Amino acid sequence: MKKKFTHEKIETNNFLMIVLIFLVVSIAGIIEIIPLSKQKTLNEPIKNLRPYDALALEGRDIYIREGCVSCHSQMVRPFRAETLRYGKYSLASEFVYDRPFLWGSKRTGPDLARVGKRYSDAWHRIHLLNPREVVPESIMPSYPWLEDNMASVETIKRRMHALKIMGVPYSDDDIENAEAMLLNKTEMEALIYYLQTLGIHRK
Amino acid sequence: MYNDYSIRNFTLMAIVWGIVGMLVGVVLSSQLIWPELNFDLPWTSFGRLRPLHTNAVIFAFGGSTLFATSYYVVQRTCQTTLFAPRLANFTFWGWQLVILLAAITLPLGITSSKEYAELEWPIDILITVVWVCYAIVFFGTIAKRKVKHIYVANWFFGAFIITVALLHIVNSAAIPAGLLKSYSAYAGVQDAMVQWWYGHNAVGFFLTAGFLGIMYYFIPKQANRPVYSYSLSIVHFWALIFTYMWAGPHHLHYTALPDWTQTLGMIFSLILLAPSWGGMINGIMTLSGAWDKLRTDPVLRFLIVSLSFYGMSTFEGPMMSIKTVNALSHYTDWTIGHVHSGALGWVGLISMGALYYLVPKLYGQDQMFSKKLIELHFWMATIGIVLYIAALWIAGVMEGLMWRELDPNDGSLVYTFIESVKAKMPYYIIRLLGGILYFGGMLVMLYNVVLTIKNKHLVEVRIPKLG
Repeated sequence: MKKKFTHEKIETNNFLMIVLIFLVVSIAGIIEIIPLSKQKTLNEPIKNLRPYDALALEGRDIYIREGCVSCHSQMVRPFRAETLRYGKYSLASEFVYDRPFLWGSKRTGPDLARVGKRYSDAWHRIHLLNPREVVPESIMPSYPWLEDNMASVETIKRRMHALKIMGVPYSDDDIENAEAMLLNKTEMEALIYYLQTLGIHRK
Repeated sequence: MYNDYSIRNFTLMAIVWGIVGMLVGVVLSSQLIWPELNFDLPWTSFGRLRPLHTNAVIFAFGGSTLFATSYYVVQRTCQTTLFAPRLANFTFWGWQLVILLAAITLPLGITSSKEYAELEWPIDILITVVWVCYAIVFFGTIAKRKVKHIYVANWFFGAFIITVALLHIVNSAAIPAGLLKSYSAYAGVQDAMVQWWYGHNAVGFFLTAGFLGIMYYFIPKQANRPVYSYSLSIVHFWALIFTYMWAGPHHLHYTALPDWTQTLGMIFSLILLAPSWGGMINGIMTLSGAWDKLRTDPVLRFLIVSLSFYGMSTFEGPMMSIKTVNALSHYTDWTIGHVHSGALGWVGLISMGALYYLVPKLYGQDQMFSKKLIELHFWMATIGIVLYIAALWIAGVMEGLMWRELDPNDGSLVYTFIESVKAKMPYYIIRLLGGILYFGGMLVMLYNVVLTIKNKHLVEVRIPKLG
């Protein structure tokens, strides 16, 4: 008589257990992740979208460093209340240069996907130095040090090179002129410059 | 003799890191009420401290608890000593180094910004090395077991170790741009999908499968009853590890992620209710015939009440993964409340129960210094959790409704964003009180543990002879 397969086979065999666990947990990722790199609408930039120039990239890296993504999303969902509040809803093709993505998972403060050109540079500067000067009930931290720190000129080329390796279409000129673009700029200026680029390709 | 050296170390550090991580949590929730507490300094500002809190409680407190319990359980259930004990000691020091580096780099703003995977690439490599050694020690110990069967707790610990390795390596893939900076190997939508495939399974495997391993050993031991159902444990194990891996996209509902992926994520999140509750039932029903012990044994109460919170948050989770519910709950404090009902209720309480079980055994005592203090800790923790999650339910649903409310006459928005922030303040204060109570409970635990091990005589525990 043929011996029936029972779970005992697995639970008495260390190796079989390891292999089966690995197979069982691998399936979902293969099906959910890999097709996304093949879908055309997800991988081609929307019209007018440019890779972050040197100053915007510096600003974005400061945004990452300060953990702004903890409290601000950059993802407008396709609901009337959201498009009224923030602007056009977000499309995949807007994010093809975003490494890492900064969609966020929590809105302790408002969404920033469309904040570019909505306020003046001067407003942003006052707001970042002390948010309560312009929004009395704000609970956002103040960022006075951004005014004292200079943009990090010495690492910008290296950073753009790394992104170029990943396929961000920087020209040699873009990288050559990167240091000049950051020269004598404060971190505050870089961050505001980045914020002012958010969503302007959809204007 | 069992090798308990690194288990003692991990046990004590779990308590220390729990206190540190929860203290940072209390600070963060205060900053949300009084922004002056950011002190206008870069390394104390909310955005930098938040990943310190999540990393400390998940990987330092939760991680140390998992190392301690898995090394303890795998030896006892395989009736053999640890494989490569020096490698086990290395995992202890290596893991502490990872935590120390996290505590230094995160306040300095050195971060990849991907949630629960913030640490930069050199630390990611160190994590991988430690984790591979962990796998060698764990599966090596199983390989030299003296019993025929691999006990169910070890399936869960094993799945947790294998899957966390897979998730960590795939999600942390990046191109370095200097020693302390890197850019993700994935862009935009793919990066989001990989991140939440990782992120949700940091919950599913680090914070669930590993802790179910704890459940399957410590509840039967403490209750002195066999596991309720053997078949249920088989079904719920394979169903749980298969299904969890699909659920990530529910973190990306209505985003630019394609609809088909969102729908898959939602369907599997709903299915996940079944294996989750299967596990809960198997744990709670283990008490059949011994329910009266809940009245007298506070350690058992920690373990069992943790399962009630597990059942509650694994019901709430699938419900929040329904797209229409998620449209309201996403981006609000409801999510924070949900996470904490799982983290404080399930992970926290079952860890505390297991640690109260371990400490006297590891230090040659019959019992903890004070049972009264365990009772006190239990009630501080439980009341703290209830205050915390109830406050954030109200705050989250309220702000979600305020964000979407339209004027019936002209269809314009009724509330500005800042009005929703203001409206949450009373609930933020209740949440802070809940957090302080929970944190205070940990201090009571530390005091109790210190007095228990003051009279320690380290005992070597003999491996029982098989009859």
